[in-house]
Amino acid sequence: MLGSQLRRSLAVAEKDIRIYYLKAPVVIFGILFPMFLFLAFLIGRSIPIEVMISCLLSMTLFFTATAVSPVILPWEGSVGTLERLISAPVSIPAILLGDVLASFIFGVVISIVPIAFGLLLGVRIYSPLVLATAILLSAFCFSYLGTLFSTPPTNVPSNIMMISNLFKFPLVFISGIFIPLEQMPPWGRLIALFSPLTYLTDLIRYSIQGISSYPILLDFAAIVLFTVMFMVLAMVIHMRNMPKRL
Amino acid sequence: MMTGLNAIEVEDLTKRFGNFTAVDHIDFKVEAGELFGFLGPNGAGKTTTVRMITGVIKPDAGKASIMGYDVERETINAKQMAGVLPETSNAYIDLSAWQNLMLMAKLYGLAKKERQNRAEDLLKRVGLYEKKDVAVKGFSKGMRQRLQICMALISEPQVLILDEPTSGLDVQSSRLIRSIIADLNAEGVTFLLTTHNMEEANQLCSRIAIINRGKIVAIDRPEVLKKRIESLHSVEVSFNRDVAQSDLSGFLGVDSVEQMGDKFRLYAREPAEVIYNLVDYARSEKVEIVSLATISPTLEDVFVKYTEVI
Repeated sequence: MLGSQLRRSLAVAEKDIRIYYLKAPVVIFGILFPMFLFLAFLIGRSIPIEVMISCLLSMTLFFTATAVSPVILPWEGSVGTLERLISAPVSIPAILLGDVLASFIFGVVISIVPIAFGLLLGVRIYSPLVLATAILLSAFCFSYLGTLFSTPPTNVPSNIMMISNLFKFPLVFISGIFIPLEQMPPWGRLIALFSPLTYLTDLIRYSIQGISSYPILLDFAAIVLFTVMFMVLAMVIHMRNMPKRL
Repeated sequence: MMTGLNAIEVEDLTKRFGNFTAVDHIDFKVEAGELFGFLGPNGAGKTTTVRMITGVIKPDAGKASIMGYDVERETINAKQMAGVLPETSNAYIDLSAWQNLMLMAKLYGLAKKERQNRAEDLLKRVGLYEKKDVAVKGFSKGMRQRLQICMALISEPQVLILDEPTSGLDVQSSRLIRSIIADLNAEGVTFLLTTHNMEEANQLCSRIAIINRGKIVAIDRPEVLKKRIESLHSVEVSFNRDVAQSDLSGFLGVDSVEQMGDKFRLYAREPAEVIYNLVDYARSEKVEIVSLATISPTLEDVFVKYTEVI
């Protein structure tokens, strides 16, 4: 049963990849927004290339992996494909997993761009294994966070994108991307603990700059914990709210 | 036609939205091989009932089962048994017809060769094979609905639940879909069909249920239901000049008279008696009868009688 539902998740993911990667909200909020945010941070400042790439990579993965999954269910509700999908013998957790896989792949593939860019500019990656594991785990975590953003039972994708940006932008500023955790005030460091992006940023700094604020095992454990929490919450709330989308 | 086993069972099914009871403790059974019509005015509870049967929404009370599988407790097994065409659904317009069918086939767990063969057969059957690689956004409404029928059929289900399958379609697409329904039913597939089209229900369904305000108000074979409202037998007559409606309503045995343009419809239990009276009346008043016909109750009359606002 689990294996067959997993195969159906892959079918959902394949459908999502074909349909949603080029949708306007995904391109705007997943690629263009973080790029402009990064340029705003960069222009007029003298920043070492390692810091620049760490910052760009954190933002890219966070924005891309949270760009696809929030759009799918409200979009399907608005165009009338959702009822057929949930009438099929595929469970809601399996549908969510399919959406998460599509988001995960989008996040991971686009993240290769800043890494390649960094390597071309001579950035050295001290710990490729830590970096790869951090990217894969975080992409999964952020994709489930994206599905959590889409739990309000509205079928207007722009409303969901507004809600998701309401959470995403503050997270970018409190997670040590623009200001390292060590330079934050104590209250800022306390808030940063509650952001999953903090731990990805820390792992990327460790992999590229060789420094980290927390032990890397703690960073990984925190990401796994956030992933489980987002996954369970997303499943429970979506199962309750799905009929309200019809 | 297989008989005996119930393909769909609905027991005490109830759904409330706040204080509004959309479906109110309904019961019915659809035998295997039956083509069961589910009729009702807008807002009567048809779609809510269908959604509970297809496992899309949970009932507040009661239960539904498909081929013996409880929809709430054995949801995936129950869904696996049925092909569904929801009322407001669409195919994925960014995908081609072929990709839509492959997606549905994968969601039903079909093997690669099997899904390809079935998709090819189905698309040929509905005349869309030549357009199989065209994105659905370029399809007309009739083509999209034909594709959606294929999507419901891709798993070769034993039960098909179709919510308004011909609503708003052109004549050719409607006829094609009706003929597919009739053919599959002849092959033993069970249907639960909701429709607003009384002629369609009359032609296709072996049994119908009428739902009004969330309750089943009638359930039987169409001809039996028509017999139940014999008071709706009528005689339709038109004359070569105006006559007073009050003259006709005074005839013995006439329950009521309705004027419809240049025609009058006289409702009576004994239409033959009314015809004698009409002929006598025409002679005595020196008017000519232009047309005269007896009219039996239609399914639409049955529907109106059982769903009229009290």
